[in-house]
Amino acid sequence: MNRMAADTANTPGGPDAPATATAGAVRLGAAAGATRGRLTLRRFLRNRLAVAGVVVIVLLYVLAFAAPLFSPWDFTSQDPDAYLSPPSARHWFGTTQIGGDVFVQTMRGLQKSLSIGLLAAVVSTGLAAVVGAAAGYFGRWADRALMWLVDLMLVLPGFLILAIMSPWLRERGWFFFMLMLAAFMWMITARIVRGMTLTLREREFVKAARFMGESPWRIIFRHILPNMASLLIVDATINVGSAVLAETGLSYFGFGVQPPDVSLGTLIRDGAPFALTSPWLFLPAGLLLILGVLAVSFVGDGLRDALDPHASHGRFKEKKNA
Amino acid sequence: MTGFLVRRLLNYLLLCLVATFLAYLLAAQTFDPLAVLQSRNPAPPPEAIAAKAHELHLDQPVIPRYLDWLGNALHGDFGRTVDGAPVSAELWRRVGVSLRLFLLGTVIGIAVGVICGVVSAIRQYRFTDYAITVLSYVILSTPVFLLGLLLKQAALNVNQGLGTELLRFTGEVTPNFSGGFGAALLDRLQHLVLPTLTIALGQIALYSRYQRGAMLDVLGSDFLRTAQAKGLTRRRALVRHGMRTALIPMTTLFAFGFGTLVIGGVFTENLFSWFGMGDWLVHGIGAQDANITATVTLFVAVCVLLSGWLSDVLHAVLDPRVRG
Repeated sequence: MNRMAADTANTPGGPDAPATATAGAVRLGAAAGATRGRLTLRRFLRNRLAVAGVVVIVLLYVLAFAAPLFSPWDFTSQDPDAYLSPPSARHWFGTTQIGGDVFVQTMRGLQKSLSIGLLAAVVSTGLAAVVGAAAGYFGRWADRALMWLVDLMLVLPGFLILAIMSPWLRERGWFFFMLMLAAFMWMITARIVRGMTLTLREREFVKAARFMGESPWRIIFRHILPNMASLLIVDATINVGSAVLAETGLSYFGFGVQPPDVSLGTLIRDGAPFALTSPWLFLPAGLLLILGVLAVSFVGDGLRDALDPHASHGRFKEKKNA
Repeated sequence: MTGFLVRRLLNYLLLCLVATFLAYLLAAQTFDPLAVLQSRNPAPPPEAIAAKAHELHLDQPVIPRYLDWLGNALHGDFGRTVDGAPVSAELWRRVGVSLRLFLLGTVIGIAVGVICGVVSAIRQYRFTDYAITVLSYVILSTPVFLLGLLLKQAALNVNQGLGTELLRFTGEVTPNFSGGFGAALLDRLQHLVLPTLTIALGQIALYSRYQRGAMLDVLGSDFLRTAQAKGLTRRRALVRHGMRTALIPMTTLFAFGFGTLVIGGVFTENLFSWFGMGDWLVHGIGAQDANITATVTLFVAVCVLLSGWLSDVLHAVLDPRVRG
């Protein structure tokens, strides 16, 4: 998220970038969007790391949901003939102390971690967009109250609060846990959105919509937020990685996903005490976790470069020529 | 400038108070320290439970309890744990353990991270740049607890290779250690290396990415060319004029980084069995102890806010325009 903050000044939808796309947002929107979309896609495809990231993420999802179907074991099943056995043909990633199949458990954990990451990212970016745009558009006391809330949430250590709330969350399952995770991720983006809304609010097409009598919320959703779509897409992508990391971290301490369900975090925690003697317990979960988050951050970077004409790649050269 | 800094400090103090208030409120509402007592078999008489509730002030509403705690906390008394021991008895030892880890980790992290970032920017698109970039991406994608675990395993291999226990990974000091001052210092150092490395690596990766971006922004600017045209060597111009300017946006980040570090410290302490503040928080939640939780939150808030304030000071020192 911080990565975004450093680049606010240069993100599209800022001062001048989307002028062409927004001039007649309603009528010309479709045509202009298509060309811009094609341009973005071409630039994204040129970035090999980012494309590889997309492939890896898709593969991970397919693997997480399809692979357990090919294994005879279930993530709760126990094999009394194999306690703490190393990887073999019978158990692809070995077994745990009580004979659970590590491969199937890892896939189950991957499912949970990926689902939580994806949902939390969408929720937190959506929340950031609505709060930031409302604060920027309505101004006055709404702005002051919302920004104070943002400051407060920034000061509150989200990890501590989620950990403290864990007894409460324990009874309510992973969906609430995901919502709480999202509730502590939106603040910095909301600030950026607010700043961009402040400039967009004074633009002609927004004023025109206002004078035509459109309702404020309609203006926000139809005219303001679409103009920062690129920022929001990049933010959501990066948030997937942060959410997965936060989820695994909390689950590591037993504050997140609860047994009998597993996540990558709980798997690593359970394997940690035996890391030095039976590394197969935590290595698959750990390596998949690193791979997934790495892929997400490459995709995020690729998207930012593709959507942002002033992105970090060429910035040096452009300035030199100017 | 003094007015600016005092205003910021007051603002931070207010936020600190609100943060502890909310943490206390949440902890007091969700925790049930009597559950352990109630679930005992045979069940203790209701009078015993009521007496325990009275001892923990659970029979009072939350707000007066918080005000009570806060009032005492200002005098250095942070209440008692569920077991009845005073919180402050353990507090300062744990603060010392944690701060040793955090401060060393931060100093190493900032210094090495900034250097890596600058080198990466100057050597843009060459091998050094790619190596630093890929490495920092991998480290940033690795959660702290996993990084520590992998380092532990690497240290085990090193120890086995050398045949001696060079790197130690349990606790901050060997229990019942006997020996002179020099030997004791060496023993502590052996324990310090791995946890500090765990914390510093994440910081290095984070800062080197941002520093690279900030430095690239500065590299093409006119004032650098002017400085060189005036006769400064490229190295001098880069360090004196380039790096100083590129450090300004970083100061805010250092504060944010310290916040994430305190959280990362929870994992590191847990992994390496250091009994610091992070370990205490996990213990406090396990024991359903509102006083411990609130005390640790206060510590984290004070750390984050102090570093936020320090970054304001740094900002003012580096950028004369802020001082006005």
